[in-house]
Formats: sequence, structure tokens, C-alpha cells
Amino acid sequence: MNTVLELRNVSKHFGQHRAVDDVSLTVERGAFYALLGPSGCGKTTTLRLVAGFEEATSGDVVLSGERINHLKPYERTVSTVFQSYALFPHMTARANVEFGLRRKRVPEAEIRKRVTDVFSLVQLSSKADSLPQQLSGGEKQRVALARSLVLEPTLLLLDEPLSALDPNLRKQVRGELKALQRRTGVTFIFVTHDQEEALSMSDTIALMHKGKLEQVGTPQELYLQPKSRFVAGFLGAVNWLGAVGVRPEATRITKSTPGANARPAVVQASTFLGSAVHVEAKLASGETVVSEVSRLDGTYVAGDNVHVWWHPADELRPGS
Amino acid sequence: MRRWFLAPTASMLAVLFFAPMLIIVAYSLLARGVYGGVTDDWTLESYRRLLDPLYGAILLRTLTLSTVATVLCLVLGFPLALFISRSGSRKNVYLQLVMIPFWTSFLVRTYAWMFLLRDTGLINSALLALGVISEPLPLLYNNGAVLVGLVYSFLPFVVLPLFATLERLDKSLLEAAADLGARPWEAVLRVVVPLCAPAFRAGAVLTFIPCLGAYLTPDLLGGGKTVMAGNLIQNQFTTARDWPFGSAVSLVLMAVVMVLLIVSMRSQREDLL
Repeated sequence: MNTVLELRNVSKHFGQHRAVDDVSLTVERGAFYALLGPSGCGKTTTLRLVAGFEEATSGDVVLSGERINHLKPYERTVSTVFQSYALFPHMTARANVEFGLRRKRVPEAEIRKRVTDVFSLVQLSSKADSLPQQLSGGEKQRVALARSLVLEPTLLLLDEPLSALDPNLRKQVRGELKALQRRTGVTFIFVTHDQEEALSMSDTIALMHKGKLEQVGTPQELYLQPKSRFVAGFLGAVNWLGAVGVRPEATRITKSTPGANARPAVVQASTFLGSAVHVEAKLASGETVVSEVSRLDGTYVAGDNVHVWWHPADELRPGS
Repeated sequence: MRRWFLAPTASMLAVLFFAPMLIIVAYSLLARGVYGGVTDDWTLESYRRLLDPLYGAILLRTLTLSTVATVLCLVLGFPLALFISRSGSRKNVYLQLVMIPFWTSFLVRTYAWMFLLRDTGLINSALLALGVISEPLPLLYNNGAVLVGLVYSFLPFVVLPLFATLERLDKSLLEAAADLGARPWEAVLRVVVPLCAPAFRAGAVLTFIPCLGAYLTPDLLGGGKTVMAGNLIQNQFTTARDWPFGSAVSLVLMAVVMVLLIVSMRSQREDLL
């Protein structure tokens, strides 16, 4: 396998606080890698250690086989797309994109060519001479992407790149980002607190919690085989019944008499969500479960006597 | 809009500022009295006298000294403001140090500079004692001394607006610059300095305009010779007893200031666009 980035037992302490606590991970070349976790879990600090804005308290940051702990940000071949985009407000979009090339003393003719190419890559050629304040959120983001991609970085680091966009735009941009990553072949490391973003975009998700790595795997592995209750719960809703969890969409509900392992329950409430309905039912044991059903599967109202069941294969059995 | 609450300020300005101003305008158009004051003959003689190369030289020197002092203030003030804005918890201490000179009288501070700069002053005595020089350096009573005094007086007026702007500067812009390959000095030159343009302009206005009217500093450090416009005006009202001419010089100086303020406001507006 072709490893581009490796963190070996990396820790970052701010005084007594262990923002990143003994994290080891590897990122393959060309991957779309998500660092997922709640705010304060250390994911952004991890990204900043790779970018060079922070220096690890201990451990090794290895880029393309070379330990880069002591390299300054301007000496590293990684590039960052900031949460706020951090476009230089006094420069046009074009000057922003040219900035890095000029610092690297790239010849003028090549600058012109690469800048033109990258603007057409992010489909923003018509806005190249606008100032950042004249651009919409989505356009600013594309300038920020262009500004980093034009440098052909070994790694592109994205810090919550969708959080500054309005929700309608976010889903569209997810697809665009993913397509851009495939087209350029650049390795993306993507920090997010939004599990849906991580699930829908990444090849690999590293879920962080309190500075530590909870679990690393594909979106399916994390969602279907979580190692801990925290992982299971962070990636989506779970009905916990003792040590076993069942996701609402795997929790079936029926009014007719079902198979062997069905449990009788009484409907408590029903929440209409548009494409789906969440039915809350109380089991004889006193536990409450939520079942996600299709609007087309009939209606359930409070007081209905129903049966709740699921396939044993859909059970989540995290270790802790 | 209820504007009555402006009444005290407005009446104070009218009585203490606007009325005296009108008197100055009138004086500048009257003939001089023998023992000071004015006679009631209207004339443009005072303005005509301003065309005399002697006064042109003084005005030119005023403009030159003010420009140099302003540029020096900006060049010296920026690194200081940058340093303070990056001093973390010691920021407030350093800001207080910048402000401390304001706690004592301007006159006392200017005399302190005389003690430092004169032939038997601290600097010359120290250099003589160390054997670096054999004759005292002529540090006082020249344009250089005036410049030192002006820069010293107005440096805080540059440091404070620059500091305020640097404090508000989005730190991620500096990180972005470093991320894109800019060394720290390149980031400062290409990102920080341009974004401080409004503060540079504010600092320049706050320095240049009072420099134009400076009177005490050139009087004490310049050696009592008529160095700058402020001294010229003072001379006309006291020694020369030519109130109309003093008034005319004041008004010309004020007109220059007015023009500069308008230009500065114009460019400030362009910043906002």
C-alpha cells in the first residue's frame, strides 16, 4: 500500500489539556479521509499538526516517509482549506490563487497557465477578477480550493469546509468536493463534526473522542460494526436494549402478528419527517424504541398495539 | 430626531470656536495696528505677504518636517504595534508603557529631551566619557532635534490605531499565508501591511496634522528660531505685533489641513467599497 501520511503516537498537550492523545493513523495516497468527532475531540488540532500550525508534544508526523515535525507550514507540501476560507480580502480571486505560486518563484508563464487551469477545474473562471467580498459562500470556497490545489499539494487538508455554507448548498457541494477529489487524485483529509458528511463522502473515517482515536474504518464498518457505544451513537440514532443496539431503520414495526422474535409494544408517539416517519413504541419491558418507517407503510397513532422486531444480523454489539 | 441634547456642545462650539474663527478671518483682512491689534482698513496685504519666498520657505519646511516625522512614525510605529499585538498577556503592560508619557506635561517631556540632547546632556556626556567623541555632537537646536521631538510626541497616535487593527486581524489569514509558502516577513509585507492601510492612514492624519501646527517642539528643540509655521504665527502675534499676518498664516495652515482631511476621507471611503 502507498502511505502518504503517517501519525505515530502523536500527542499534543496544551498545558494540562491533552488535545490529541497518542494518535496513530495512516492515510493512503488518493484517499478521501475524514477526521470525525464532536467539537473539542482534537480533530482540528490533529489537522493543524499535519499543516504545521502546531508542533506535536510527542510522536512523529511522517509525510511521504519523511519526519516533518519541525518543518514550518511554509516548508511543508501540504495545503489547508480553512473553515472561514481565509481568503486575502485585499486581493482578487486570481491574486489569491497566484499567491502560493509567486512565493515559490514559479515562472510567470507557468503561473498564468496553472491559474487558468485551476479556475476552470473549480468552474469559477468568470469570477477570477472579483474580490472575495463580491463572491458568495460557495464561490469563496471554490477560490480557497483553487488556491490550495494550484500548488499540487501532497495532501489537501480541509477544516470543516462545508460549515460556512447554507444547508441547501451543503449537500450539493458534498458531491462537487468528492468529484473534485476523484478528478485531481489529491489525497483529502477532511475534518468534520457532521457524521452524514463523513459517511457520504469519505473512503475512510477516523472517529475521535477526547483526543483519542475511537475507531478507524470504512463508513460501513463504523456504522454497522461500531466498536463502542460512542461510535454507534455518534454515527446515528440507536435503540439500546441492554448490550444490544438496533438502528431505527432496522427496527421493524407491524400491526399484524409477526415471526418468532417479535415483541409486543404500544405506540407512544409518531413524528412525521416527510420521507419517513419515526414511530416511538414502548415495549412490555418498559424500554422505548424508535422505528423509522416509510410513510407508505401505513399510519401509527398513539395507543396502537403493535409488534417490534428486527433481524439478528442488524444488531449492533459494541464492546463497551 | 431629537437634537436638543446637542445644544450644550453646539453652543460651546459656537461661542468658543466658531466666533473666534470669524474674528481671525476678519483680522486677516484688516490692516495691522502699530502696537498690535488691527485698524479698520480692509486689505489683502497679509495674504500678499505670504507669497514672499521667506514665508514660502517656512511653510515648505513645515510640510517637509511634518512629512518626514509622519513617515518615521509609521515606519517605527508598525513594528512596535505588531510586537505589542503578539505579546499575549503582556499586551496591556506594553500599551500602558506607550501611554505613560501622556501622564506628564508635554512641556516637561520636551525639556527632558533638551536635557538629553544638549552639549552637556546625557548623550553627549556619555559619548565623551566613553571617548567615542572628543567634541559634543550638535544634537540640539536644529531640524533633527525638532524631528526627534515630533516623532516622540506622535508615535502613540500611530501605534494605537495600528494595534487596534492588528488585534482585529483574522489570524487565519496569517496561517493561510504561511500555508501557501510565505515566510513570516512575506506574510507581514503582503498580507498584514496592506490590511493595515486604513490604520496607517488614520495614524498619518493624527500625526501629520498636529505636526503642521506644532509650536512648542520646534520652539524649544529648534532653538527659538522661526522653524515651523506654528512659530511663525506665534511670532506675528507677539514679537512682530502683526495680528493680521498671523491670522492669515493660521487660516492658510487650516486650509491645508482641511484639504488633507478631505483627501483622506475620500480614500477611506474607497476602502469601504
